[in-house]
Amino acid sequence: MRVTQGCFSFLPDLTDEQIAAQVQYCLDKGWAVNIEFTDDPHPRNTYWDMWGLPMFDLRDAAGIMKELADCRRVYGDRYIRISGFDSGPGWESVRISFIVNRPREEPGFRLDRQEAAGRNLHYATHSYAVTRPEGERYTDR
Amino acid sequence: MNIQPSITVRGKDRYKSGVMEYKRMGYWEPNYEPKDTDVIALFRVTPQDGVDPTEACAAVAGESSTATWTVVWTDRLTAAEKYRAKCYRVDPVPNSPGSYFAYIAYDLDLFEPGSISNLTASIIGNVFGFKPLKALRLEDMRLPVAYVKTFQGPATGIVVERERLDKFGRPLLGATVKPKLGLSGRNYGRVVYEALKGGLDFTKDDENINSQPFMHWRERFLYCMEAVNRAQAATGEIKGTYLNVTAATMEDMYERAEFAHELGSNIVMIDLVIGYTAIQSMAKWARRNNMILHLHRAGHSTYTRQRSHGVSFRVIAKWMRLAGVDHIHAGTVVGKLEGDPNTTRGYYDICREDFNPMQLEHGVFFDQNWASLNKLMPVASGGIHAGQMHQLLDLLGEDVVLQFGGGTIGHPRGIQAGATANRVALEAMILARNEGRDYVHEGPEILAKAAQTCTPLREALDVWKDVTFNYESTDAPDFVPTPSMAV
Repeated sequence: MRVTQGCFSFLPDLTDEQIAAQVQYCLDKGWAVNIEFTDDPHPRNTYWDMWGLPMFDLRDAAGIMKELADCRRVYGDRYIRISGFDSGPGWESVRISFIVNRPREEPGFRLDRQEAAGRNLHYATHSYAVTRPEGERYTDR
Repeated sequence: MNIQPSITVRGKDRYKSGVMEYKRMGYWEPNYEPKDTDVIALFRVTPQDGVDPTEACAAVAGESSTATWTVVWTDRLTAAEKYRAKCYRVDPVPNSPGSYFAYIAYDLDLFEPGSISNLTASIIGNVFGFKPLKALRLEDMRLPVAYVKTFQGPATGIVVERERLDKFGRPLLGATVKPKLGLSGRNYGRVVYEALKGGLDFTKDDENINSQPFMHWRERFLYCMEAVNRAQAATGEIKGTYLNVTAATMEDMYERAEFAHELGSNIVMIDLVIGYTAIQSMAKWARRNNMILHLHRAGHSTYTRQRSHGVSFRVIAKWMRLAGVDHIHAGTVVGKLEGDPNTTRGYYDICREDFNPMQLEHGVFFDQNWASLNKLMPVASGGIHAGQMHQLLDLLGEDVVLQFGGGTIGHPRGIQAGATANRVALEAMILARNEGRDYVHEGPEILAKAAQTCTPLREALDVWKDVTFNYESTDAPDFVPTPSMAV
């Protein structure tokens, strides 16, 4: 399966040139660009690990692309996403977020159902990858 | 321009028993300077033939505040001058002989804090049936910050909705389940599953899906939540479906909303026809229960569409932002339903901006400060398809839900294919826009290129490429920007 979180998951994987153009768009808007990675792509996993702090003061996409290359060198077997953060009043949140790196295989999710009274079902989404400990989830797949 | 100077009768003579013209009773005050705390209403007044326009406008002020048809001595037991609404400006409507714009100021103390029902009982109460008027339309309102602050506002708001859904940087995509009536719960859930799995963020009940013989509401909720959870697991993405909880009584609505909550839905839906008090109740319920609240504006065109009489949708949008819904249908411009581009732009600004400057060419007559009230997500629905993606993005922006009902379910290769076509078209357009391309003009090329690697999109473009709805709008702004315009 293909995890379709983020802004561009339905398009073919972005090239570095395309990623740089999106990063430049964020910088031109005055947003801080952030690189995050995870091996737990559960849809409710909000806090991916940060590759350093959000780059509040970087103004050149090339600098961020270098950070992304470094992140990929270490965590290239995981999901990596880039987001643009707008600290402007009335927003103070993420403005754009997109996946820029994926594990070679994405095993996806199992849906657990627990039958309850009145035909209700309690659902739980279970990521196949997280049956292994953090850090070992995608390495030898 | 003001037509007549003040002729208010003052002192003892003002309270002599008998009938007195409204404009002499203190409802026409051309020298009045509205206070920052006043509520201001702008009416389009069309007096009956032979009725003096100033008197007609003063009567609107009177009948929407303290007046009755004759002088009453009991006025003298009150601070009557404060409670009288004051018409302070009357302008002829451009290119519309016999109609006038009346600006009327109301003291803040005339209104109960935080109650749309109280506000509307005055402003659109008796006055709309007043015999000396041929027609009357409430065009716009200026809501003072002091009054705005008495309302909860959108239960969730655009920013928190995006955070909860983990979806940023693009319009959200939805579809209304079709056929809107007749599907069983089990079949209905199938449409939801296919559309969400194919790439949409939301599906939606239609306005008139409540609890009918073909599908009890509990069946719909149970099957829909199975579909939402299955689609979430299949994609790794948060999904939702607007479960319509509109029902005969508040108790029924709470019961349905509680059940949706118990099943883990992140959104419920109501119709405008449930009324302002019920809407505010549901907005408070939604905030207490971490639920996004979708409003379908069912019924609004009965009073918003004609330019001469009724209430402009921009006013309804303002009331609904105060009342506290999170989504509101606000027009598509290019789709099958009424929507002049400039007027629609005005509605979208009212929903999404923290401050609206006066902009007559968009039909916005007042500066409006929203005092950090949450933003309200506009929804574009009705006769739109993937081939219009560049136009939709240009006209409606990024913070909007684009709902492709027929444009998803009517896809020749099925609902999933339809959903995928819409999502690919959207992502390709956002990518191009952010790259700095002239996506409005290059839109068809951008879509054609994306379709090279996405067969469903190619098929969608082939089926609907020539579908447009070009009819003249009935509700266009009265003002066009011209250098010589004096306002």
